Amino acid sequence: MSNRPELLAPPEIFYDETEARKYTSSSRIVEIQAKLSERALELLALPEDGVPRFLLDIGCGSGLSGETLSENGHHWIGLDISASMLNVAVEREVEGDLLLGDMGQGLGLRSGVIDGAISISAVQWLCNADKSSHEPRLRLKAFFGSLYRCLSRGARAVFQVYPENIAQRELILRQALQAGFGGGLVVDYPHSTKKRKEFLVLTCGPVQTSIQTGKNEYDESCSEDDNSEDEENGEVGISDRNRPRKKRRTNKQGKGREWVLKKKEQSRRKGNNVPADSKYTARKRKSRF
Amino acid sequence: MRLIVHNMLSCNIKGVVNKFPLRIEPEKIIVKKVDFNPDFLKHMFAKIDWKALVYGARSMEHTELPDNAPDIKTLESDESFLRKFHHALLELHLEEGSLVCPETGRKFPVNKGIPNMLLHEDEV
Repeated sequence: MSNRPELLAPPEIFYDETEARKYTSSSRIVEIQAKLSERALELLALPEDGVPRFLLDIGCGSGLSGETLSENGHHWIGLDISASMLNVAVEREVEGDLLLGDMGQGLGLRSGVIDGAISISAVQWLCNADKSSHEPRLRLKAFFGSLYRCLSRGARAVFQVYPENIAQRELILRQALQAGFGGGLVVDYPHSTKKRKEFLVLTCGPVQTSIQTGKNEYDESCSEDDNSEDEENGEVGISDRNRPRKKRRTNKQGKGREWVLKKKEQSRRKGNNVPADSKYTARKRKSRF
Repeated sequence: MRLIVHNMLSCNIKGVVNKFPLRIEPEKIIVKKVDFNPDFLKHMFAKIDWKALVYGARSMEHTELPDNAPDIKTLESDESFLRKFHHALLELHLEEGSLVCPETGRKFPVNKGIPNMLLHEDEV
């Protein structure tokens, strides 16, 4: 994968005037941002009563994601640290109100005023220490704490993130949970490296509906294991530090016959040459094997 | 920056107690028309700090809002009030000027309608 922008420079320097224009005029990026914003808005699960809501777009940049919010009739505040990106947004005459600010310093908004928050490809910037005075954990804490306060009861925050590695995703999730959020990860197209997208869906207070399920390669909804039990209860999954990682998904008894048969079927669907199923499939071997 | 945002924004400096509402020092105000949507106004009415809104409106030279927050009945029935509310909340833009923290006096400049809320190292 090519160099990640956050490893090159802090966001207010990386997104200077040239980069800001390049970013906004690339049709590919515009399209991706629009799709991600639509999906994030969907995951916000706002009530479908036709009443416009007051939303927050964190790391709004040049207003690409904000436009999706306006198109759906909502009012929004956009926050970004790069003045150049915000200037492009002003030129494009976006309908939301813009703020030049650093999310790691806290949002500075009053309690319970925001109906929902989205953030497209921005929160991972918080994990880097761009100045010697930065301590990423404290910045994440300030961000999530202030976000939790300003969201109204039952509101959600949906972040589309590109975490660099598992440790980063863990850090973000942990800080969010410590701030009082509940929620979990929704992964779209988990098996495709190109199409795979991760959304962190956080909730404030009790929630009526269950967490959405991610999309898989067949464009059906399949759930991440962590959320599947919660779907049955209609509750939000609160993951703790020891939530099972993908590798440890199986239980201690080992992989049963059912699992093996399922995997063989999946492999067949992909088109691989798989031996036929018989009574010997997944039979327990002697220990010396 | 519209008054709906001013009504939500507080001073973020560490240790400040009296942080809301920010005082407005306008230099350039413009009016931009926005579609009138009574549902949205009623939804937001519960969240708005009325005194701060009246203060903000007066600083932006709009004096038609009543001092005391009206009750729900006026909201439902009185359309002219809703229109004044709409105008003050969503159509008045502060293009140039500054927002001032009521306790420390620290100024947050507003340029091209964007308030600069970035804090210095020692204020975090």
